Amino acid sequence: MQSRVILDSKKLQLTIDRLCYQIVETHKDFKNACIIGVQPRGVLFADRLVKRLQHLFPNYTIPYGKLDITFYRDDFRRADKAFSPSVTDITFSLENKNVILVDDVLYTGRTIRSALDALMDFGRPNDVELVVLIDRRLQRHVPIQAKYVGKTIDSINSEKVKVYWQETHEEDKVELIAHTDKPL
Amino acid sequence: MSALSTKHLLGIKYINTEDIHLILQTAKEFKEVINRPIKKVPSLRDVTIANLFFENSTRTRISFELAQKRLSADTINFSASASSVKKGETLLDTVNNILAMKVDMIVMRHSSVGAPMFLADKIQANIINAGDGTHEHPTQALLDAYSIKEKMGELKGLNVAICGDIRHSRVALSNIFCLQKLGANVMLAGPPTLIPKHMESLGVKTTYNIREALQWCDVANVLRIQLERQDIKYFPTLREYSLYYGINRELLDSLKKEIVIMHPGPINRGVEINSDVADSKQSIILDQVENGVAVRMAIMFLLAGRTF
Repeated sequence: MQSRVILDSKKLQLTIDRLCYQIVETHKDFKNACIIGVQPRGVLFADRLVKRLQHLFPNYTIPYGKLDITFYRDDFRRADKAFSPSVTDITFSLENKNVILVDDVLYTGRTIRSALDALMDFGRPNDVELVVLIDRRLQRHVPIQAKYVGKTIDSINSEKVKVYWQETHEEDKVELIAHTDKPL
Repeated sequence: MSALSTKHLLGIKYINTEDIHLILQTAKEFKEVINRPIKKVPSLRDVTIANLFFENSTRTRISFELAQKRLSADTINFSASASSVKKGETLLDTVNNILAMKVDMIVMRHSSVGAPMFLADKIQANIINAGDGTHEHPTQALLDAYSIKEKMGELKGLNVAICGDIRHSRVALSNIFCLQKLGANVMLAGPPTLIPKHMESLGVKTTYNIREALQWCDVANVLRIQLERQDIKYFPTLREYSLYYGINRELLDSLKKEIVIMHPGPINRGVEINSDVADSKQSIILDQVENGVAVRMAIMFLLAGRTF
């Protein structure tokens, strides 16, 4: 098994800062926008994003919710494992809002497809944009595209992308992991 | 730990503590779902569920039906009063005929003890026991446990009294198993004629003095006097029962602490419980009903997801 760091803690911080400025460029003062993190791992990234936005722009109030997509998955009763739901915590209506959906890794796109279904149960948003930290652009199963991307990588199916956060692991980093003896 | 250890929910006796925790945890997320403006998720849209009620039921059936609709399952309802059972068909034939129409899950209530266990090893579909005679009513015990947990935070070490007609109650037996698996202490209280002698062998305390039980407990689950199941007279009159075993405001106020009051319904007001108790802020009776839908959604979601 081989692994390679594709974003270290310093680069990750720069990436998050860039994404924050890009989001603010579009949404100005968050008057009509909100951030929704996709459970479970997208929330860790969204937590960080919201924290940084709040730090960079202390005058803005940023509505922030967490969305669990377990009940909307398209592989329920088809996967070889059981799913356990995480908490959904959206205390405001999404009706006519500009929703900024946040996940850590965009891979097949199926999670985001499910998330779009789930979002509609909280009202009809004006529009929905997607922020991802890593875009594995070659493996999409459904036509889904992120508007804000931390880093785009080319990877194959047998490889894994793992995002580590200080909150749950020792340091912030993103790794590409492969079951091979050759160095990546 | 994210899958149940069993493909059926036949009784609390047949599932383990991890299963119970998984159901209660999943129910919490479903409770959030049923409090959304759109109270429905698409999880079970390719699942067909048959509700077979060989014995009358209103709230359990409505609760199951609502849970199924909120999971987007297709449902069919069957009640024995208007069915071929009257024409002499056997239980297995009835069920097999329904399963031949591609039904994935069965929710069954039956007046005979063990009816769902009898079916379990004969059919492919998942079975949920919605009450078998005076034996078990697992979904009621799980929603009771959920309601206690929601109110008190934790069940471990809690004292729970089950009061009233223990002899005829499937809720009592399932509750005893469930509470014990979650680490709570159980005391049964009621007239000697309505508490079977062997109950202590389950590791519960018993008392014939309702005040003693209420003084001991943190939560009192008051059961309905099941007149329809009583073949002989177990106590002289309802008035006398109410006098000695009914729970009223005066009795509650005379205790040193404030306890939580539960009742699985339907209530016989003025018999086992008075209105000034049932409708008070100590009572979580209507929370139990709301939680029932969330807990049943969790059970059906977890059983349906267990396809491997």
